[in-house]
Amino acid sequence: MAAPLSVEVEFGGGAELLFDGVKKHQVTLPGQEEPWDIRNLLVWITKNLLKERPELFIQGDSVRPGILVLINDADWELLGELDYQLQDQDSVLFISTLHGG
Amino acid sequence: MNLPVTARRHGNNSTHSSAAPWARAQAQKINGAVHFGSSRKSKESVSGSCRPNGTSEPRAQKAKGAVHFGGSRKNNANVSRSRKLSGSPEPLAHPAALPHGILGAVGKEVPRPRGNGSLGVVTSVPGFRVVGSVDVPALRSAREKPTPPAMPAPPCTSCHAARAALRRPRSGQALCGACFCSAFEAEVLHTVLAGRLLPPGAAVAVGASGGKDSTVLAHVLRGLAPRLGISLQLVAVDEGIGGYRDAALAAVRRQAARWELPLTVVAYEDLFGGWTMDAVARSTAGSGRSRSCCTFCGVLRRRALEEGARRVGATHIVTGHNADDMAETVLMNFLRGDAGRLARGGGLGSPGEGGALPRCRPLQFASQKEVVLYAHFRRLDYFSEECVYAPEAFRGHARDLLKRLEAARPSAVLDLVHSAERLALAASARPPRPGACSRCGALASRALCQACALLDGLNRGRPRLAIGKGRRGLDEQATPGTPGDPAQTPTPKAVPTF
Repeated sequence: MAAPLSVEVEFGGGAELLFDGVKKHQVTLPGQEEPWDIRNLLVWITKNLLKERPELFIQGDSVRPGILVLINDADWELLGELDYQLQDQDSVLFISTLHGG
Repeated sequence: MNLPVTARRHGNNSTHSSAAPWARAQAQKINGAVHFGSSRKSKESVSGSCRPNGTSEPRAQKAKGAVHFGGSRKNNANVSRSRKLSGSPEPLAHPAALPHGILGAVGKEVPRPRGNGSLGVVTSVPGFRVVGSVDVPALRSAREKPTPPAMPAPPCTSCHAARAALRRPRSGQALCGACFCSAFEAEVLHTVLAGRLLPPGAAVAVGASGGKDSTVLAHVLRGLAPRLGISLQLVAVDEGIGGYRDAALAAVRRQAARWELPLTVVAYEDLFGGWTMDAVARSTAGSGRSRSCCTFCGVLRRRALEEGARRVGATHIVTGHNADDMAETVLMNFLRGDAGRLARGGGLGSPGEGGALPRCRPLQFASQKEVVLYAHFRRLDYFSEECVYAPEAFRGHARDLLKRLEAARPSAVLDLVHSAERLALAASARPPRPGACSRCGALASRALCQACALLDGLNRGRPRLAIGKGRRGLDEQATPGTPGDPAQTPTPKAVPTF
């Protein structure tokens, strides 16, 4: 049982193009049975924020390889990746690396 | 992978218990048995156990000792010792303070938690042996309940002050943003110095596209320039791609203003007789992923960069190719049977034969992920859109494959690059010694250099690609003095084939 959470979801490196060009989204995740981990956040984002071409953002359970995820400015690898439990006021940043340099 | 069987530190007489030093220091804070198990196979060789007693919740305690996990494999001997636990080198962090993956980080592959509460552990940490079982409470609870509680990121292993923000792919070291940026810059400096890429006094032209790699490259080199004794200029290439390059150039101009670096823009239209990339794309055959205009662009852009660098009097050219780019290129060359490029690619760039300016890629050992993270932590402004033709580029196939390979085996990227460097071509495959292009005088392995050959084809309305196993059907005369290649007997009415 998870309480409602207020988190900031941000997109960068070109990923924002899939979200109407909007980089920062302040979202309120509703209370629900399952806990709010990143896995469920991704499902929520795909359903509520993603405007086009989900295959460029999501692959299976997780983000497409080449998209970095930073939670509170730390690589999600350090925090358990999909299993990280979101806290209130967390900030999740998705940066795409899939473009020329 | 040997499992240690004693806990006695060699030569350290103060270790009088069988508990690991960190466990001793933390003994009263740890709850429960501590299982330092390795893979299931070798569990039976783990003897004994250290059972520190205590009642407080381990996760809530900050680990007093340094959190250092052996550092990079190469530099283990140089790892600085913790000041707090004197006499014991490289004390380990309390495992409960670490998230799942970190104990597996010392070593090439990062094992994931097994799901039964044990951690796949790793190679021995030099000078340090641990006995027994570390039962990590958080993971134990993962067995019992499906939702593990949140774990904070471990402290930075370098400054010990800030929280770690990432783990370096190669060494597994956890670093905070600032320490990572310093390490990144130090590595670029090392690449340049060790390879003698940019000698003091060099006038360096940075190929600037406004994208993440060239932005990071210019920023890092600008910081290192006084140390290296070099001067920097930006050279940007305008290929004439509407809706893309103009926006990217705006980003480059902003950067040039912010960094106070001179900027020169060279345009395909001026250099190549009116051919913009959009025009080339219209003339070239193919559709979808097999469109070949990107191959033209690669050749022409290098020529344009050379020209731009000459105009500003540069002595060296640098480009922002990262390790992923290099690995993708290796894959592409294999997939297209391009022995010539396989032989020439890799290494530390080209020394500049035949009058061409020496070129190098200071970022070539940095993974793409680290380049992006560096740009993030340094708050660099770059242009991040994909070229409109990129979805059609063959490189996309190589990139997809590389990303999937990397997910399965993270070291695959650098390993590919190293494999290519160690290739020796069969005698029959080695490219001929280059001569000079009969038209423009640039380095060429055949009568016409690549750029002239491509433009030639475009101008005649028969675009051909000069890549792959050879340029069959090219109706050019061998120049006097260059060995005639029997495979290329010119025929007056040769139909271009590829």
